[in-house]
Amino acid sequence: MNSNYEPVIGLEVHVQLKTESKIFCSCSTEFGSEPNSNTCPVCLGLPGSLPVLNQKVLELGMKVGLALEGTISNRIKFDRKNYFYPDLPKAYQISQYDMPVSSKGHLTIEVEEEKGKFIPKKIGITRAHLEEDAGKLLHEGVRDGSWVDYNRAGVPLLEIVSEPDLRSPEEAFQYLGSLKSILQYLAVSDCNMEQGSLRCDANVSVRKKGDSKFGIKVEIKNMNSFRAVQKAIAYEIKRQIESLEAGERIVQETRLWNEAKSQTFSMRSKEHAHDYRYFPEPDLVPFTVSTKQIEDIKKALPELPQARFQRFKKQFELSDYDVLVLVGDKLLGDYFEACVNEKVSAKLASNWIQSELLGELNARKLALSESKVDAKKLAGLIRLIENNTISGKMAKDVLPEMLETGKSADNIVKEKGLVQVTDTKLLEEIADRVIAANQKTADEVRSGKAQAIGFLVGQVMKESKGKANPKLINEILSKKLSS
Amino acid sequence: MELFELTLKRAKESIASNPSKGAELREVLTKRVKALDSRIKAYVNFNPSPNQSVTPKGPLSGIPISLKDNIVTNGWETTCSSKILKGFVPPYDATIVRKLKEAGAYVFGKCNMDEFAFGSSCETSCYGPTHNPWNLDYVPGGSSGGSAAAVAGDLAIAALGSDTGGSIRQPASFCGVVGLKPTYGRVSRYGLIAFGSSLDQIGPITKTVEDSAILLNVLAGHDECDSTSADIPVPDYTSFLGKDVKGLNIGLPKEYFVKGLDPEVEKAVRQAVKVFQDLGASVVEVSLPHMKYAVAVYYIVAVAEASSNLGRFDGVEYGFRAEAQNLKEMYFETRSQGFGAEAKRRILLGTFVLSAGYYDAYYLKGLKVRTLIKQDFDQAFQKVDVILGPTAPTPPFKIGEKMNDPLSMYLSDIYTISANLAGVPAMSIPCGFSSKNLPIGLQLTAKPFEEGTLFRAASAYEATTKWYEKKPKL
Repeated sequence: MNSNYEPVIGLEVHVQLKTESKIFCSCSTEFGSEPNSNTCPVCLGLPGSLPVLNQKVLELGMKVGLALEGTISNRIKFDRKNYFYPDLPKAYQISQYDMPVSSKGHLTIEVEEEKGKFIPKKIGITRAHLEEDAGKLLHEGVRDGSWVDYNRAGVPLLEIVSEPDLRSPEEAFQYLGSLKSILQYLAVSDCNMEQGSLRCDANVSVRKKGDSKFGIKVEIKNMNSFRAVQKAIAYEIKRQIESLEAGERIVQETRLWNEAKSQTFSMRSKEHAHDYRYFPEPDLVPFTVSTKQIEDIKKALPELPQARFQRFKKQFELSDYDVLVLVGDKLLGDYFEACVNEKVSAKLASNWIQSELLGELNARKLALSESKVDAKKLAGLIRLIENNTISGKMAKDVLPEMLETGKSADNIVKEKGLVQVTDTKLLEEIADRVIAANQKTADEVRSGKAQAIGFLVGQVMKESKGKANPKLINEILSKKLSS
Repeated sequence: MELFELTLKRAKESIASNPSKGAELREVLTKRVKALDSRIKAYVNFNPSPNQSVTPKGPLSGIPISLKDNIVTNGWETTCSSKILKGFVPPYDATIVRKLKEAGAYVFGKCNMDEFAFGSSCETSCYGPTHNPWNLDYVPGGSSGGSAAAVAGDLAIAALGSDTGGSIRQPASFCGVVGLKPTYGRVSRYGLIAFGSSLDQIGPITKTVEDSAILLNVLAGHDECDSTSADIPVPDYTSFLGKDVKGLNIGLPKEYFVKGLDPEVEKAVRQAVKVFQDLGASVVEVSLPHMKYAVAVYYIVAVAEASSNLGRFDGVEYGFRAEAQNLKEMYFETRSQGFGAEAKRRILLGTFVLSAGYYDAYYLKGLKVRTLIKQDFDQAFQKVDVILGPTAPTPPFKIGEKMNDPLSMYLSDIYTISANLAGVPAMSIPCGFSSKNLPIGLQLTAKPFEEGTLFRAASAYEATTKWYEKKPKL
């Protein structure tokens, strides 16, 4: 990137709120049902039908607003956003225009300033407002024209609009991760970008460093993963800088991200932008939410990722990076805490969860929630390492079996006789044999090439069929070769 | 007396004492519609379905009710008298249709109206105009002209209309029947195809004041499906009937009796004031200073809402769809061919007043003046119980007379519009005839949710004057 320029990025995130029924009718919000099966006169926008607000949606919206430390509006009002599209059955979307449920919030991202060192950065949240989702056009397998599926019409959405506070594609990625994490902690959304329960548009502009005025912004759409958002923003920054360097003007427009080509393409110019003719929705009477109601929801909020991050840092001796990973996913954080509650070392627990457990689960394409090894069982395995019953290396063989069978580490170790050899006499015999068979390496160690000992340790391990305690072997070999 | 001449009250009593009278009534009424409606054209969809599932025993057992064609009926085409909704068969009943059926009534037919309720003469219907039973060359008023003509011509026992700016009261006045626009929120709008959502109310059009009270008893009440319906207890409206009006305070707005009011209408209304005074009511002058803005405000607020409400008629899901090569063309052609001239005029006006750059000057200002109009009524009702005046500035006019003069057409709602803007209940009752033997209506307006006061005043007046006894010769 040309370092004379500074990118300015704002994100608009739509999240589907996880409610049983839609925002203005009692139809199910279930994803993947038979097309048009979750519909009724209201969400189909049939003449004469009227919306009635699902109070649960408001509650979830306020929860998010409060978690983002926004100001919750005491007055709940909806507006109509008018435009024509076949997936919009009433030709208007019921949304919130000038009185969003929450305004002026922020969320904190941890920016890696230098390797391993993270500093918090506050990203402003302009507003979060409630609205209804539209249906979906289906083109696949349709020869002439399109089909419309209205199952999604009326699914509750919260649109969360950030301030243009983000300064790099990485920060944008971080922001999405933090936001998803908060929503997950609140249990208000599935946040599944592929299923569309979280969607993100990015506003990107660049300006000369030191400029106080923003450059002309371009809106990018059609990204279906957080990585795609990062990539699309990076592409767009580069494109804009190149245009400016070539003496061109940036056109205010909407561009679509093409994942296959890893490029953005112009969709429509904002100069022909819609006039949505917003006006207050007359079918929904504005109403007041008491400060007490808001306070009650606030009090009931769970511990949020940022607070947990600070607590973990205080409570455990772990690197910032490790803590970030652990708290970033609520389930992972819960798993870690449950593990540590079994009185095993936090460091070992963190390592075993992050590198071994997650690695094995990934290889099996399993989510943590599907793991047959719960936190208690993993703690059982770690305890066997801590009390020298088995070596870490042995444990790495035990874990896959635990995942396959769900058996405890104790049982597997017993069944297979996997007890670590700590019999010094036996190990000394093996060490002597290994030294005898590898005289050249032994001499190197003797002459001061200390790292050569690793090979010999390995050979002893091999002879002991992996059951030897590596720490003990090391001691024995060192002693023998130093005398 | 022929069965079709029965009031709802008498029909109810007749069926209660002899259940076979129900089927007989239906037969007689059907015969009359078949014989006369080719001249009046009150109905757009007259097809009594014997298969409506209704409660066998209820307060309206066996009573046929005719509905304006903007009230949705499950399995029965509902068109708002618009080409664009031709073929639309709703899969659900409006809340008030469900209530009627639960009370034992059944839907007898769907009545003609101005397209989407846009009009004051019933001439903008895609089915052609309805004729006034008192003189077939004259309009029945609108937009609920079909409902009013059906009741006036004894082609219905009772009917329902909807009123956004006078669409129940003005045709009731033109046809010499009783029309009530309840308080906004008194009757559920769920299933009423919206025109101006913040103004629309369904209400009864009946032969007598008593029938109106009986019907409102069934229609009124909170509906979970309509967030704008009021959760306020419903009194027994018939309990207000037959009471005297001694001590009732009646206000005459000085702004009502001005230029533009037909002398014959003024005379009839002044005579009605005299009747009330003779009955012991006291009459004082009141003022509604912002009434002069009512028509202007109405044609901002109502058309703004209408332009948005009518967006859904795009050919995608239901109703009429024009042949087209692509989506944009489908929208353009469907809406160009499907809507009539007045609907297009209002959609254009509404789109304009909501547009960026004009919103503040028109819509927002309109809402502010609307609040002032509401306050006018609040202030007047501190002094009086009922406001009295003409329903329409003139007796019925001739078919075709105002079709090319929309402004003059709009002014025929000048006395009715402000009740919708203020959300207050208002009723039109017959108060005499013009020299051409055409009906003249009297409008009574009361405080929000005080329909009972309207019934008390109207029933006392009706018992004295008995205008309902006079029938058109058909």
